[in-house]
Amino acid sequence: MNDLLSSGWSWYVAIATVISLLACVWILRANSVKKVSSDKPELHGKNEWDGLREYDNPLPRWWSNLFYITIVFSFGYLVLYPGLIVVPGLLGWSTSTLYADEVKQVKAETDPIFDAYMKQDVKTVSVDKGALQIGARLFQTYCTQCHGTDMRGSKGFPNLVDNDWLYPGTPEGIKTTLLEGRNGMMPAFAEVLKADQITDTAQYVLSLSGRSTAAPAAARGEATFKQICSACHGPEGKGNVALGAPNLTDNIWLYGGSLATIVETLNIGRQGKMPAQKDLLGESRVHLLAAYVYAQSQEQAQGGSK
Amino acid sequence: MSSTTGETKVISLYQSQKKIYAKSVRGRFANWRVAMVLFTQALFYGLAWLPWNGRQAVLFDLTARKFYIFEWVFWPQDVLYLTFILIVSAYALFFVTAIAGRVFCGYACPQTVYTEIFMWIEEKFEGDRAARIKLDDAPMSANKLWRKGRKHFFWILIALWTGFTFVGYFTPIHTLGHEVLTASTGPWETFWIVFYGFATWGNAGFMREQVCKYMCPYARFQSVMFDRDTMIVTYDEARGEPRGGRKKSADPVALKLGSCVDCSLCVQVCPTGIDIREGLQYECIGCSACIDVCDTVMDKMAYPRGLIRYSTENAIEKHWDFAAIRKHMLRPRIIIYFAVLVMLVAGLVGSLALRNPLKVNVIRDKGVLAREIEGKYIENIYMLNVMNTAEKAQRFTVSVDGLDDIRVDRGSRIEADPASTAASVLAIRIPVEVAEKAKSGSHTIFLTVKSETDAGISVREKAAFLIPR
Repeated sequence: MNDLLSSGWSWYVAIATVISLLACVWILRANSVKKVSSDKPELHGKNEWDGLREYDNPLPRWWSNLFYITIVFSFGYLVLYPGLIVVPGLLGWSTSTLYADEVKQVKAETDPIFDAYMKQDVKTVSVDKGALQIGARLFQTYCTQCHGTDMRGSKGFPNLVDNDWLYPGTPEGIKTTLLEGRNGMMPAFAEVLKADQITDTAQYVLSLSGRSTAAPAAARGEATFKQICSACHGPEGKGNVALGAPNLTDNIWLYGGSLATIVETLNIGRQGKMPAQKDLLGESRVHLLAAYVYAQSQEQAQGGSK
Repeated sequence: MSSTTGETKVISLYQSQKKIYAKSVRGRFANWRVAMVLFTQALFYGLAWLPWNGRQAVLFDLTARKFYIFEWVFWPQDVLYLTFILIVSAYALFFVTAIAGRVFCGYACPQTVYTEIFMWIEEKFEGDRAARIKLDDAPMSANKLWRKGRKHFFWILIALWTGFTFVGYFTPIHTLGHEVLTASTGPWETFWIVFYGFATWGNAGFMREQVCKYMCPYARFQSVMFDRDTMIVTYDEARGEPRGGRKKSADPVALKLGSCVDCSLCVQVCPTGIDIREGLQYECIGCSACIDVCDTVMDKMAYPRGLIRYSTENAIEKHWDFAAIRKHMLRPRIIIYFAVLVMLVAGLVGSLALRNPLKVNVIRDKGVLAREIEGKYIENIYMLNVMNTAEKAQRFTVSVDGLDDIRVDRGSRIEADPASTAASVLAIRIPVEVAEKAKSGSHTIFLTVKSETDAGISVREKAAFLIPR
């Protein structure tokens, strides 16, 4: 039923439709006979041009019969389907039931497949070729907007195949990330530390992956690091997947690894957000996606650097 | 002239069409028509069963959106060829019409072909013209039911076979046959077989000339392609009039009679119910049944044939012989039609021969604009879609040019199954030094996708590479 218009308009359409159909019948009947003079019935009208007059040959009766059939069909259709809006059709059809039926049909086809995979744990699913094909297509549809077509992300969106994890990279950990989402919370230290302290800390962080450009600054920054940063990032900066604190020693940077970017990170903090997929995709699809992502990360870890 | 004071009456503007009982005829042109019926139907009914490359030779697989015609597999992107084929067909039809009038209608049109088949069956069970008229006038009886029942049985059989064959060009006919035998056809297949069968039974059994007179668009516009040198079915009025019956031994000149003996056989054999002696009319489909039957009468009377014959307006008026008609066939209109037709056919054949079985789509990753590989490279990601329309598996290599030192880092080889698409992720990199020297923003690059086995199969596709600021 129409939610947008008042029922007055629905009645208008219904009445206009029925009147139009009846009008068609009347037009057909009114125009199926004519009065003529009996001496030359095949001629049309009285007009004459240079001795020529117009004929009016009868049309095939099956023409008007076909038209009547279409009118009968129209009435039949309006009885069965809700074309007149104010009366539901006898068949009880509506676009919402059409949609619900389609969803039901697709679920009937896909549920057996998904249920079979749900019975296995993520790691087992991750070596199933069929599951990986489904996972690949799901990934291309739902995940590539942020993580890229090749799964290697970009600034602010993690690379999923480098086997370097902010949160637990176990099969179950990946599934939890997908179901519940994640909220990265790197605090902002612009108000807490002075500018030169921030630069020193940044130099120390660089030194953890051997890229420091000023050893004295790095030495000064170590104290700040051990006092503040190690609480989340660990005493050696190896990170903490329970907290989502990155490993600072592996030279893999989510927001960029230049000195300027690290200083920016310290100043303004970072609030990375992975949206929860539980309600959007449902657990079955998340299960397959987790298996797919896990499989890709393992393949890259074993198969080589790229 | 205005009407006199006659009374007015009410008449109907619609009229049930009277059934036409066409007398059957044998002759030269009837033989041609039988040959065309056999040829076109052998083609229609037979081609569906022909195998090719391990599948049906002619198959229009709508669900998979692949259209197989012998060696070629056409995809929806190839609809241009269909346009070409239709234009060539239309042009060929106009060309033939300009030369010889409505020969398509009389010899090759499916409506005529199926009507001829159905009329042949009707005559087998209901008898010749007189017998059919008598049977229809008679009240219902066991004999009438038996005759008409058998006729309809065979009509419906042929109609359903026609519907089955038609659907067999869209669903593989072997599968369809099996489904029909096990009564397991899908709902749409059943519908179309029955619908097309019903249309055949209705059009060939009952509608017949109504299609030609009222439904067919070609019937309406064919006459504009005629000119005074177009061959048409003509009654030689000068020779035939005045008409009248006479004994065979009598001399028509002495009796001041023309060749026409007014037997009215030309009217009886006409499937559209016209009298050709009144001149060419709109309803005439050019089937030449009247020519054949008049020739038999002329033979019986020992007069020369051709009182009704194929001739042109000019030839009748100016009393030309056939040599003159043939000379006038090569007139500018015909020559130009022919030249255009040859060019179109050459274009169609040429483009088919040169068709590249590889189609490529490069889609830039819109989420990741550009990526820096720590201090070393700038990388762009693409999704590469290759459409391998050939019926053998292919392996392709991908290379890139357009910027200094640009190369494909991942996805440089892609495999595709026969007649299917393959997609892969392409990573293209340039060294950071090149990126710093070039302008930031979009750069045009070119991807070359080449088959590893067939040197001729390659596509060069444009793409955009982004260098961030």
